[in-house]
Amino acid sequence: MDLSAINPTLLLASLMVAATPLLLAAIGELVVERAGVLNLGVEGMMITGAICGFAIAVNTGSPILGLVAAALGGAVLSLLFAALTQYALANQVASGLALTLFGLGLSALIGQGYQGIKPPSFPKADIPLLSDIPFLGGVLFRHDFVVYLAIALTAVVWWVLKYSRIGLVLRAVGENHDAAHALGYKVVRIRVAAICFGGACAGLGGAYISLIRVPQWTEGMTAGIGWIALALVVFASWKPWRAMLGAYLFGGITVLQLNLQAAGVAIPVEYLAMSPYLITIIVLVIMSADKSRAPAALGRSFHASQ
Amino acid sequence: MLRLEKRPQPSRLWTYLTPVLAVVLTMLCGGLLFSFLGKDPVLAIRTIFWEPLFSEFAFYYRPQLLVKGAPLVLIAIGLSLGFKAGIWNIGAEGQYIIGALCGAGVALAFYPMEAAFIFPLMVLAGGLGGWAWAMIPAFLKVRFGTNEILVSLMLVYVAEQLLASMSLGLLKNPQGFGFPGSRNLQQYPSAHNAELIAGTGMHWGVVAALIAVIFAYVLLNRHMQGFYIRLTGDAPRAARFAGVSPTRLVLFCLGVSGALAGLAGLFEVAGPSGVVSIDFNAGYGFTAIIVAFLGRLHPVGILMAGGLMALTYVGGDIAQSKLGLPKAAIQLFQGMLLFFLLAVDLTTNYRIRLRRKEAS
Repeated sequence: MDLSAINPTLLLASLMVAATPLLLAAIGELVVERAGVLNLGVEGMMITGAICGFAIAVNTGSPILGLVAAALGGAVLSLLFAALTQYALANQVASGLALTLFGLGLSALIGQGYQGIKPPSFPKADIPLLSDIPFLGGVLFRHDFVVYLAIALTAVVWWVLKYSRIGLVLRAVGENHDAAHALGYKVVRIRVAAICFGGACAGLGGAYISLIRVPQWTEGMTAGIGWIALALVVFASWKPWRAMLGAYLFGGITVLQLNLQAAGVAIPVEYLAMSPYLITIIVLVIMSADKSRAPAALGRSFHASQ
Repeated sequence: MLRLEKRPQPSRLWTYLTPVLAVVLTMLCGGLLFSFLGKDPVLAIRTIFWEPLFSEFAFYYRPQLLVKGAPLVLIAIGLSLGFKAGIWNIGAEGQYIIGALCGAGVALAFYPMEAAFIFPLMVLAGGLGGWAWAMIPAFLKVRFGTNEILVSLMLVYVAEQLLASMSLGLLKNPQGFGFPGSRNLQQYPSAHNAELIAGTGMHWGVVAALIAVIFAYVLLNRHMQGFYIRLTGDAPRAARFAGVSPTRLVLFCLGVSGALAGLAGLFEVAGPSGVVSIDFNAGYGFTAIIVAFLGRLHPVGILMAGGLMALTYVGGDIAQSKLGLPKAAIQLFQGMLLFFLLAVDLTTNYRIRLRRKEAS
């Protein structure tokens, strides 16, 4: 065992990288749940985004186009969920599971020809001057732009939910859809838009894994990150900044666990690898004491005639 | 413009028709998908749904249907109890793995002793293992109000890691030349879950699945606990006023589904699979969710749905080797089935009417 092999700068820098897909997916799901919809298909949308982004990036040679395609792919897949739950009034839990199973199958099918290929590398966006600061520069300012995009997205979502009219309407729909309907808001339309946004975010998060973090394609490569993102939303009490805190916490655990594996700690690899999932459970237990923050209409379907 | 009108009560006709309709729609869409992949759609569908049953090699495939169908039905029966009451155990895959590990552990602890009590003890251990794994989300839900969906799913990943650790460590075959995986239980007569009638595929898991179907049918139709389950699903408030204890219901539903999933894992590891290996689990725990819904959460329906899903597995394998249809296409096909099912389910609770523009 050689703990001195762990470089703190690299550790913290890779923490930010590991946290980004989680953060993206969690922020998307947070908006969806604030609109009163529980979409359990995050994992399916992420993995679909991962392969869509990967395939487009490999075929066009442009990672940026890949990211766009991933967001589109995730959004299109989430439209299926929207059609089921908002128009066919299907059970949201079952539909979310269906979306995950479907997404896993779809991604495996699309991804057949892409195993073992290296995607075009992603340009780093070193921020001039700031990235030269010793230690902090290496940790904070030498990443690809998606890391900053995720943080910016958190800020935007926070601001929109808290201060804008759209955010107010969205929250009204999530707290009491009957009242929102009576006020003349288009409940279904708003929810479909929120679901789409969630899908795009999840797709982007998935592509971040396959294009930047790993970067290659393997079947089922998201390995439960979508589900951890769902747990993060509960952890965050449906608040954007806390979702970011949670994502960085989990990113830290994942990275630390990987580093300990590499450093050859006496704990077997398998037990280290299960730690993020166990910690998710522990966090869920701690956070579930306070349920009052959950959107009141979460998981209930809406039909105007009722 | 289409308009939905809520039915006073769910339509009986559509309750029976929707699964059939969903299967037909999936076949149509699946055919499109297959032709998109450059395969003859009619031939592909025929290979999947016809060949295992009626072709000249059907004598070989039919036993396979029982082998694949039994774990699916066993798990889905357990899941359906919870789903009916709104208790979502989606971690059956993990309980399946733990059941297999516990059962195989018992067998390997006694190796090479031959005794009649070993197999019953393994069955007990398998069921208990699955039960215990499901009790984690159940306990956390009743004690802390933790979401059982997320916890049971997280435990699948934990169980997978545990499986890897076991097949590389504790349960590894000491005479396996360093290869991962345990001793083959098929070569250990006291622990082998052999075919009861040779060449039929009928092993103890199939018997257990049939017993589970009958048990669930009696429970839901003739027993108070079954009534409570249905009541809680249909009208949670009424159930609470009637004195149904949600705590006991959660423990019961998750416990039963966990134990059944554990049993399914045990019968698989002691029979058709034989070896505890890293990739021992084949996703039955997740496919069983589709089976439960396709069977409309009704025991007899689940039995039929399990058969159909087993058909897609066996037929999918044939199509894979004969037509070169990718395995992922079958997975997608199964996922599509659940989608269509949930979509056409609308017709049981709502009437679809054409609407003219009216003045409001």
